[in-house]
Amino acid sequence: MNETTDKTNTDGAGMIEMSHVGKWYGDFQVLSNCTTSVKKGEVVVVCGPSGSGKSTLIKVVNGLEPFQEGTITFDGISVGDRNTDLPKLRSLIGMVFQNFELFPHLSIVENIKLAQMKVLGREDDEARNRSMELLERVGLTDQRDKYPAQLSGGQQQRVAIARGLAMDPAAMLFDEPTSALDPEMINEVLEVMTELANEGMTMMVVTHEMGFARRVADRVIFMDEGRIEEDCTKEEFFGGERGARAQEFLSKILTH
Amino acid sequence: MESGFDYHIVFHSIPFLAKGMVLTLVLTVLGIGGGLLFGTLLALMRLSKVALPVPYLGKYLSLSFLAGTYVNFFRSMPLILVIFWFFFLVPLVIGQEVDAFTSVLTAFIMFEAAYYCEIMRAGIQSVSMGQASAGQALGLTYQQNMRYVVLPQAFRNMIPILISQAIVLFQDTALVYVVGLSDFLYSADIIANSENRLMEMYITVAIVYFAMCSWAQFQVGKLQKRYAHE
Repeated sequence: MNETTDKTNTDGAGMIEMSHVGKWYGDFQVLSNCTTSVKKGEVVVVCGPSGSGKSTLIKVVNGLEPFQEGTITFDGISVGDRNTDLPKLRSLIGMVFQNFELFPHLSIVENIKLAQMKVLGREDDEARNRSMELLERVGLTDQRDKYPAQLSGGQQQRVAIARGLAMDPAAMLFDEPTSALDPEMINEVLEVMTELANEGMTMMVVTHEMGFARRVADRVIFMDEGRIEEDCTKEEFFGGERGARAQEFLSKILTH
Repeated sequence: MESGFDYHIVFHSIPFLAKGMVLTLVLTVLGIGGGLLFGTLLALMRLSKVALPVPYLGKYLSLSFLAGTYVNFFRSMPLILVIFWFFFLVPLVIGQEVDAFTSVLTAFIMFEAAYYCEIMRAGIQSVSMGQASAGQALGLTYQQNMRYVVLPQAFRNMIPILISQAIVLFQDTALVYVVGLSDFLYSADIIANSENRLMEMYITVAIVYFAMCSWAQFQVGKLQKRYAHE
């Protein structure tokens, strides 16, 4: 595996490169011939109807889901290569899940410290300081000693983002980060994500929040039946240069 | 048998009974500890997808199959038979004397591990896939993910049933009388017979077992309530 400590050497080139990716669950094809790339600093929103393969598309990027066809590289490292140190690769990519997935047996600060210490080898003090910096950033310093179940969904998701950022990742993946939240908590999470995007974080975000896509995304990928149907700038996507399927999808989620 | 309930014999035998209780507790604690350790290992094997090549045959034997066979085998055997094996047969096989304590402790650990394996397997499966994914996504290796994310939650979910199993073992240690070890029950039995005070001793033993097991059950209830709140 290549050393990837220098996270600034990929200007212009794709940080995430997917080429003709195919994936099957048994006989059922979830991804077919998916090709796209995400440049450093780019924010790409992935949308599409449920079952279209959009979550799977980001889960193959860090190897959480295996794929059978095509190639994916992250910062030059081949994800599908058997010799790739997957845990190390994953530590370079932050991931936020729909159901937060904070560790319920650890306090908030311990949730953020765990991988810093076990994966990055940081000392207790260093990991704690970094955790507190990030908790301050997501506005939750006073919750540090509580347990996940004592926090609201929105707070838990902000902690989950802090936990991902604590690894100083080169990119962040978001898998429907606001879908499990009550409406009044969606904005506090989107605000943190918007701030992150404005600071230049490379992001792939699966979401139905079209307002967020309009404000923050550089590009929009629209998926249907395992295929990338649209892959264009947000201006093109929202400006009407989209295909019929994307049009139908958008009108369904925007009419009410 | 003399008539009347003789309290004195009970009081006088306390030091002797206490020594027996120490053996009972030591066997229980070591049996649980060893059984839990080995049982967790078996559970990880049962859940793994690793297969070992069998020399010369060119076939593969999965760890899951090996562990499953072990578990089914020991769960089909009466505990007392397992104790007999380790006490009478194993010394013949290895050609070496094994003291009674070591042989019954080994029997308990091997036997309990089969039960703890099934408990741990259910516990590990009770932790959601999403938790394991989150640990993986942070860069934890399989071993780290198990140790820091999955197993602590599995253990916690399983504490009540683990304690119930421990209570069963606490009672089952009384079987060591067959190899001549003086545990709590056997110590009481010795006095009962030598002093011809069966009623006093058997009732005392029953009260002590009842009190200790009730206390443990009560702790299980408290733990269950505490975790229900979290």
